[in-house]
Amino acid sequence: MPRKSTLIDMTAMCDVAFLLLTFFMLATKFKPDEPVAVVTPSSINTQLLPDADVILLTVDKDGRVFFSMDGQPKRRQLIEDLNTNFKLGLDEKDIRNFMIGSSVGTDFKNLKQVLNLTADQRKHGNVEKGIPMDSTNNELAIWIEYARAAQGNNNKLKYCIKADNETPYPVIKRVLDTFKEKKIQKLNLVTNLEAKPAGSAAALYEEQNQDKAH
Amino acid sequence: MTPMVDLGFLLITFFMLTTTMSKPKTMDLIMPKDTEKQEEQNKVKESTALTILLGKKDQVYYYEGLAQDPNASSNPDFFKATTFANTNGIRDVIIKKRDEVARLRNSKGEPEDVVVIIKADDGSTYKNFVDLLDEMAINRIQRYATVDISDQDKQWIKSTEASNGIQ
Repeated sequence: MPRKSTLIDMTAMCDVAFLLLTFFMLATKFKPDEPVAVVTPSSINTQLLPDADVILLTVDKDGRVFFSMDGQPKRRQLIEDLNTNFKLGLDEKDIRNFMIGSSVGTDFKNLKQVLNLTADQRKHGNVEKGIPMDSTNNELAIWIEYARAAQGNNNKLKYCIKADNETPYPVIKRVLDTFKEKKIQKLNLVTNLEAKPAGSAAALYEEQNQDKAH
Repeated sequence: MTPMVDLGFLLITFFMLTTTMSKPKTMDLIMPKDTEKQEEQNKVKESTALTILLGKKDQVYYYEGLAQDPNASSNPDFFKATTFANTNGIRDVIIKKRDEVARLRNSKGEPEDVVVIIKADDGSTYKNFVDLLDEMAINRIQRYATVDISDQDKQWIKSTEASNGIQ
């Protein structure tokens, strides 16, 4: 009996491979470019930053506050609400730009102008001065209020603050006070991971818990 | 050709299954309610409290208690300065105080819990603030609160900075 050849026809296999490859190539969406670069401090916390139901405030080292939120439909809802209530005069193109964009950090007056810029111009331009937080004109509070409404007031919503190492504390305090005024007590600070110092209480606690697990 | 495609797919599937995207971590921060703050403040005993202040240039200042006793706070050694160093820094101070307080007994005869009061001055940065909150996690301090800094505290920081030559 002659031995069967081990050569298989690879055409179908390659077809499937390329089909998958092209599908993922076309379906992948990269995160939009952030207009600010922030170096977050490190902590020993291992809790993950959730992907959905997040309102994220980015504070850069000059103390400018930027607002961002997940979910394009929700973002659309938010910007449309703001547009009608504060008469920002945004057109469909601006609304689309906000929807697919990343963080914005400007007062309502310049919002239209900022949404018309390209990502590159926003990164290097000085148009965005951060969202105002003074007690007379606390637009950050308005952003939070409207974002909460756009998120459908669900209780899974997390409020994250991502600030730079060099951010002066008074700016952070203003942000925290704004949340306090809005009766929001539970916040999340975005940090990088660092190891627990050897011999510290947290490290010992972790070891004990691991012993129990074994 | 077949073995190469095999190998290719093996590698692809391996990496697909083993990669985890590194995601940023978060730290919980619970802010006290303003209305409750007064009561919270009054509930803290002098003997169980440690007040930590954050100054400029990554300096840390601390004193034991809440500085409500004028006799204690007039003592020149009352207000101390330290740093975020791993040894002989604020961590050792927190551990020392924690263990001291754990030896005290409350009215029910249970060990007391140390309460850390965090006050950040205008010269401090966000990094200092997070580092200090991280110290709370590292030393497993259950009770701590971020409180507004008082004028008296600012005065102490100023004079300590002047005597330590911190601009």
